[in-house]
Amino acid sequence: MVKQLQIVPRQCTGCRQCELACAWVQTGTFQPTHSLIRVHVFDEEASYAPYACVQCAEAWCMNACPTNAIFTDPTTGAKRIDAGACVGCHLCTLVCPYGTVFTLPQSGTAAKCDLCGGRPACVASCPTDAIQYTETDGTGSWFDEWSRQVQTCRLAMQPKSVDS
Amino acid sequence: MAGWTGKLLRVNLTTGSTAVEQISEAVCRDYLGARGIAVRYLYDEVDPRVDPLAPENKLIFATGPLTGTPIPCAARYMVVTKGPLTGAITSSNSGGHWGPELKMAGYDLLIVEGRASSPSYLLIYDDQVELRDATAFWGEGVFATEDHVRRALGLPDVRVASIGPAGERLVRFACIMNDKHRAAGRSGVGAVMGSKNLKAIAVRGTGQVRVANAHAFMQSYWKLRHLMQDNPGRIGFTKYGTAATMDLTQAHGGLPAHNFREGQFEHYDNLDGKAIRAQRLVTNKACYACTIACGRVTRLSESAARHLVTMHPRNWQVAAEGPEYETAWSLGADVGVADLDAVIKAHWLCNDLGMDPISMGATVAAAMELYEQGVIDDTQVEVPLRFGSADALVRMTEATGYREGFGDVLAEGSKRMGEALGHPEVFMGSKGQEFPAYDPRGFQGMGVAYATSNRGACHLRAWTPGIETTIMDPHTPVGKGPWVADEQNRTTAHDNMGICSFTGATGGSTEDLLPCVVAATGVDLTYDDLLTIGARTWNLERLFNLRAGLTRADDSLPRRLLEEGHKSGPAAGVTVNLEAMLQPYYAHRGWTADGVPTPEKLTELGLDAMPK
Repeated sequence: MVKQLQIVPRQCTGCRQCELACAWVQTGTFQPTHSLIRVHVFDEEASYAPYACVQCAEAWCMNACPTNAIFTDPTTGAKRIDAGACVGCHLCTLVCPYGTVFTLPQSGTAAKCDLCGGRPACVASCPTDAIQYTETDGTGSWFDEWSRQVQTCRLAMQPKSVDS
Repeated sequence: MAGWTGKLLRVNLTTGSTAVEQISEAVCRDYLGARGIAVRYLYDEVDPRVDPLAPENKLIFATGPLTGTPIPCAARYMVVTKGPLTGAITSSNSGGHWGPELKMAGYDLLIVEGRASSPSYLLIYDDQVELRDATAFWGEGVFATEDHVRRALGLPDVRVASIGPAGERLVRFACIMNDKHRAAGRSGVGAVMGSKNLKAIAVRGTGQVRVANAHAFMQSYWKLRHLMQDNPGRIGFTKYGTAATMDLTQAHGGLPAHNFREGQFEHYDNLDGKAIRAQRLVTNKACYACTIACGRVTRLSESAARHLVTMHPRNWQVAAEGPEYETAWSLGADVGVADLDAVIKAHWLCNDLGMDPISMGATVAAAMELYEQGVIDDTQVEVPLRFGSADALVRMTEATGYREGFGDVLAEGSKRMGEALGHPEVFMGSKGQEFPAYDPRGFQGMGVAYATSNRGACHLRAWTPGIETTIMDPHTPVGKGPWVADEQNRTTAHDNMGICSFTGATGGSTEDLLPCVVAATGVDLTYDDLLTIGARTWNLERLFNLRAGLTRADDSLPRRLLEEGHKSGPAAGVTVNLEAMLQPYYAHRGWTADGVPTPEKLTELGLDAMPK
């Protein structure tokens, strides 16, 4: 088992400190559009969650890449992108089931979470421990529970007729 | 420049022209940002005697040097204009994500001038600026407007600031709302936007916020994060929201009830932070970079969603934000309503219709007093305006937003309503703006803070109850005037940074923020410099108001506070000794006995060359 980002959505307040920390580590500036973790806000369902790469054991992005630009980091197990080898074909962004491989606005190349070499900045900056760096099964299992919760909320919001 | 972008965007709605201008470094240093710089631009460009709702008035949105950085609570922007509720200069502050987005798009300031010939909305996508037709969603509430704008643009990530039906109908206390539930709330800035035929401003910024000294910045950032993380005030705000304050004000007889006729509310414990958490809270929510997350996200029960009179259909089953302390008071204690669900509904209506809930509740409370006296009768109102009536509160809130029936009278605010009905004494406020939720008979300092606030009665220009109930005697006027003046200078400097004032109560004082500002801007400011910047901003606002025709007589409080003490409670029999605080206040500010800044003071602040 390798350590991965484990998200605890019910603890997220949607403050985006993780986005800013990520952008800072990746680019040296405060620029959320360059962040590799993105906070998604479901306003009416009252649920917020940062999405980042779950470092799938069977990484579709890696299999799809025609130039073999995606490789497994031997230390952290993170799937990393060799920017020099990336040709910007977007295949990895299309096959990612979680939508967590991004295309950088300026270079046009792909970018994804690399776990900051084993010390993820988003984890350090989260004020509510909604992002944890722990051993997981590599399939993003946190996502299932959360999607059920949002779905339940959505059903509860459907206005019921007065007679029912 | 770092910290600041050094650029402003000017949009003329009459001609449709837009321009990007440089902001001089001298202005940035002298005024720091946000409210300060915007006040300077308004002073330079707008005749203070202008009708607030005329095209000649300008609407300025301003961010500070820390807005958009990860400093906790660096979410704020200020709306500065001449307020239609007060006829004075106003500055309304809002959080959420809109302000940082404007900064990321590359602008410290957005100046909106003129009037569009038809309903319009503005799109700012980095350096691309477009004025677009808003006819299709003119009339819609704030929530629907935001969704509509995102759909129309095909840009799910834009942040939207907009007005609701209240702003369109020039309700004098209409807000500008952003991110659906965040409000630049007071003095009617939304009516100014409505008068300009501007429905919404959609912003997307893909740029960056730069800091001058990265290493020092990150050091001061982490220091602040640790200070706030362990602070009991921060933990309390996170758990119970701002409504936790209600226990303090109730305990000191400073929680105004029934239009300031009492200083305590017997059912306060059904409206405070604990009650909200126990009954209706779903989760708490943060603004951009905020590590407090005082925002309350609530959901009504199925039965609550069904009762209470509203005429306009809406889905009450979705979760939304509120109430916080001010609304739990204005839509609760002040109108005598103890039903938390009614307070939540009225708050949501205020958010969606785009109205300031403080002035809304206070105006309904004043109307309820007149109904009790028989001045307003059942021929004028569709619901009996009895204190404690949840139906009256909810229906009147809705009617005001749409200016339906008696709502048309309420929409003018309680001062104009009182005058129109021949009973000006029911107005509980200062400079035309209704008081927020602190009774100055419980906390004397709030009296002079309300009376001297440049934008009319306000609790954010100097918040005294914390110190008054711990270090000072809350019932004495001694020493309060000069202290409040110093506090006003400090909070003004705090505002100018682009930081939420709640960091002050949660472990991040203005002093702790100073190294962050220095590292971000690269300008070597001292704490004294910050206070001077605050004083400079405050005096310039004062000069604007004097030129607008306000005088010493406007630094006043209603007779009820000056002459009638409460009959019971911890503050029984206490009245506000305003005169004993006002002259020391003027003297400390370097003003004459008539409240006019002396030439020496203006020279000291570098304001001597400003037109007077």
